[in-house]
Amino acid sequence: MSDTIYTAQRLSKIYGSGAAEVLALHDVDLEITAGEVVVLLGPSGSGKSTLLNILGGIDHATRGRLFFRDIELSALDERRLTDYRRKHVGFVFQFYNLIPSLTAYENVALVTEIAENPMRPDEALAHVGLEDRMHHFPAQLSGGEQQRVAIARAIAKRPEVLLCDEPTGALDSKTGIQVIEALLDINAKLGATVLIITHNAIIQDVAHRVLFFADGRISKTHKNETRRAAAALDW
Amino acid sequence: MRALDIKLFRDLWRLWAQVLAIALVIAGGVASLVMAVGSYRSLDETRTAYYERHQFADVFANVRRAPNTLASRIAEIPGVAAVDTRIAKLALLDIPNFRQPATGQFISLPESGQPVLNHLYVRLGRLPEPGSLEEVAVNENFAYAHAFRPGSRFSALLNGRKRELVVTGVVLSPEFIYAIGPGDMMVPDDRRFGIIWMSERALANVYDLEDAFSSVTLKLSRDASEPEVRGRLDALLDRYGGSAAYGRKNQASHEFLDHELDMLNNMSRTLPPIFLLVAAFLVNLTLSRLVALEREQIGLLKAVGYGSLPIAAHYIKFVIVIVVIGVAIGGVAGTWLGILVTKILGDFFRFPFLVFIQSPDLYVVAAGLSLAAAILGAVRVLRDVVALAPAIAMQPPAPPVFRHFLPATFALGRFVSQPAMMMLRNIGHHPFRAGFTLLGMALATAILVVSLFTRDTMEQLIYVTFFMADRQDATVSFIEKRPQNVVNQVTRLPGVLAVEPYRQVAARIRFGNIERRIMLSGRPPDSDLSRIIDVDLRVVALPESGLAISGMLGKVLGVHVGDSVEIDLLEERRRTVSLPIVAMVEDYFGIRGMMDAGALARLMREAPAVDSVQISFDESQREALFHALKAMPVVSGMALQRVSLENFRETLALIVTSMASIYTGLAATIAFGVVYNSARISLSEHARELASLRVLGFTRGEVLRILLLELTLLTVIAQPPGWAIGYGLAWIMQTNLEGELMRVPLTVSNHTYVLASGVVLAAAVLSALVMRQRVNRLDLVSVLKTRD
Repeated sequence: MSDTIYTAQRLSKIYGSGAAEVLALHDVDLEITAGEVVVLLGPSGSGKSTLLNILGGIDHATRGRLFFRDIELSALDERRLTDYRRKHVGFVFQFYNLIPSLTAYENVALVTEIAENPMRPDEALAHVGLEDRMHHFPAQLSGGEQQRVAIARAIAKRPEVLLCDEPTGALDSKTGIQVIEALLDINAKLGATVLIITHNAIIQDVAHRVLFFADGRISKTHKNETRRAAAALDW
Repeated sequence: MRALDIKLFRDLWRLWAQVLAIALVIAGGVASLVMAVGSYRSLDETRTAYYERHQFADVFANVRRAPNTLASRIAEIPGVAAVDTRIAKLALLDIPNFRQPATGQFISLPESGQPVLNHLYVRLGRLPEPGSLEEVAVNENFAYAHAFRPGSRFSALLNGRKRELVVTGVVLSPEFIYAIGPGDMMVPDDRRFGIIWMSERALANVYDLEDAFSSVTLKLSRDASEPEVRGRLDALLDRYGGSAAYGRKNQASHEFLDHELDMLNNMSRTLPPIFLLVAAFLVNLTLSRLVALEREQIGLLKAVGYGSLPIAAHYIKFVIVIVVIGVAIGGVAGTWLGILVTKILGDFFRFPFLVFIQSPDLYVVAAGLSLAAAILGAVRVLRDVVALAPAIAMQPPAPPVFRHFLPATFALGRFVSQPAMMMLRNIGHHPFRAGFTLLGMALATAILVVSLFTRDTMEQLIYVTFFMADRQDATVSFIEKRPQNVVNQVTRLPGVLAVEPYRQVAARIRFGNIERRIMLSGRPPDSDLSRIIDVDLRVVALPESGLAISGMLGKVLGVHVGDSVEIDLLEERRRTVSLPIVAMVEDYFGIRGMMDAGALARLMREAPAVDSVQISFDESQREALFHALKAMPVVSGMALQRVSLENFRETLALIVTSMASIYTGLAATIAFGVVYNSARISLSEHARELASLRVLGFTRGEVLRILLLELTLLTVIAQPPGWAIGYGLAWIMQTNLEGELMRVPLTVSNHTYVLASGVVLAAAVLSALVMRQRVNRLDLVSVLKTRD
């Protein structure tokens, strides 16, 4: 685990200007190793989502430099950033963001159709244990199942990074735990680096590393010597 | 200002492009109504004022020679308010630099200057001096065609003697707004036909009509019965060789002007209501979708304590402001276009002045209809949304439950990409919304078809009339009817290849209570230059006996083939006969009766006679032919078919097609508004999905393609129904344009369909370009945090 996947140098993000200026991210330095599971904790507005968005290539830093391996993301234009997302990043959203008019299978196929070396959609769905439900529409699935479809959609392209913004935020504890299990499973089997934003402090126990955010900075870093299995969590 | 009102203005500002696009749809409907009805009313009022101020006569009659003393007896006819007797004669003209024989309608001017009726409006110069043998005033169109000014000279063959004339004035007359010369088809030829006013003393001298007149016009009192006055006038003029008197309805200029205004009126009654209804429907549709997008905000307003009514009122205000903007733009544009059309047509008719009519009622109707449609559209949605509990309203609607088209195991996905599948399921899931959008686009195409088809119709009419029916090169008319041997005379003229003689007799045709004045034409058997063409474009052979009439005349009279009609012959020995209808001809111009020349001669109890011939001639000898015709004192004029066609295109076709161009512009505006709004609202409805796709790695182009796939499919599918609806609307318009003077065939060419669809597709492409900007600005970050 010595292979660095992200390197951030004095990364800052400022929203607005003048009196309305908000410093969302303040001179953040960070290195993330390939295959790591990192949990980002902190109150609302502490900067964790801003960092995740910049890492995922859907937002730009105002200052500082950011590298994905040896690609400088902070220097890429919109077209190259799209290409970067397409090839390397899988997103999991709090509210799933599935296309309601497509079945589980088709939602995954939506991504595999544009990816370079994807899994088959049914294979991706099998990873999250939904092979039996693949012809169901989102409205016919429970919240946990929808989030697992979203995960299948995210991993089907064999991404190097999975960025998850409050993946369990809209779920009850049982289904939330299933979703965390699925994410750890992907990390273990496919070696994908997983970054999870959460408000739920209990989830930090599954991570290799926990980043605590406050006022746009990483206030504390904690390494788990022993990680708990998702099944052992309870909230 | 209340917070809600501030929100209202901010919303309007935020959605300015959409607000403007919806307002333009309304404006298109409003402008078409204000323009069409406004210009018609202004022109109609201008004509009425012109007629009144210039004492346009009510009854007209020609006579061979009647003594001036008869005038006082005519004045005694009950109902006659004023009598004007005069000398009216046709004569050939010789105009410098104009080789073709031209014709002048000479009309005498009394010693006092202005005639009692049909006052002249002097545009330039002055009226001729009383008693002057050379001074004349000419009508403006004729003067314009030859660049005549006071002092210009030309000559005329007056009663067989050539006389030099000098123009002293250029004038307008309510009697000759439209000046149709002998042999002209439907439209004036101002180069070869002019109205020439000359001193009465001079004309009387030339034509041996001292103390006599050859034309009389009457003004009637308000309560007079025109048919009764005509009857009494006919009785008085009969022994002096009078032809039957006629009212304004049969006065050529009035009849044509009436028809033109009628066409304008019919267009204004057909197209603008269609436009307005289409616009209202589209606005209803668009605003209901726009308000539906506000669902979360409505929930929020309810949650903080606003009642349903204030919320509903807020959104209805929003809708009203949009309608008011649309009505204002439409009102201003419509008024401007109306003034423009009034000026163009007023100039074309050469009215001496224009009266512009303001029509507040039109604004009320247009605004009322647009408002009602818009408010209904908003209320329809508000009723459902306002009824929701705030917590539920604040959440987006639950993900809709989609269905498989086919059993799930049947992998349609193998044939269709996922974006295509998204689109198909969206359409399948919202069949009504997709259906209405489709209908909106189809209507946009339809109003373009109905605006454009008049050109096709005019071309078809020209093809049938000028290239299938009347194929002669020229029509030569005679001052009076000639014996049959005039045909031999004309045949011997240089370059003449074929000659067909015609005889025209004024007649009244009657069936039951309905009667019409028509020209009864005697046609040679197996005529080849001028042919009768039926509705299926086949040549009709005229039977040896009996009467063939225009289909329109048959419709007016309510007769069928086999019925017998009464005919009053209004020339020579007048008598009434009964004739069977043997054929009905679907012709496009006028209402006429046709019969075999021999049969007409027997009916008239005369030897076969001719009052015009149709000829074809060798183009290389035209100069010699013109020269020879100018030397024939019996010839009153020569109409060239080629020139008639040019004039037709310049006049009638001009009016129809220029109006059609304006309507096309308005239709295109509506079409763009519809397509743009469909695309824009579709983007709002799918914004989150599309932003998710961008986050997942879809490029802007791919996302735009997904967004536009549905729009493209609906636009393309909408075209055939659009053509069908357009054809239906064209049929309604064609039926409304049908008149006794002119009908138009219902022809919609493929070119029109292609052009109409082209405009709608262009609107779609333009909308797509605007959408591209929007897609580029999709907020990807917010997607991660907001609910589906």
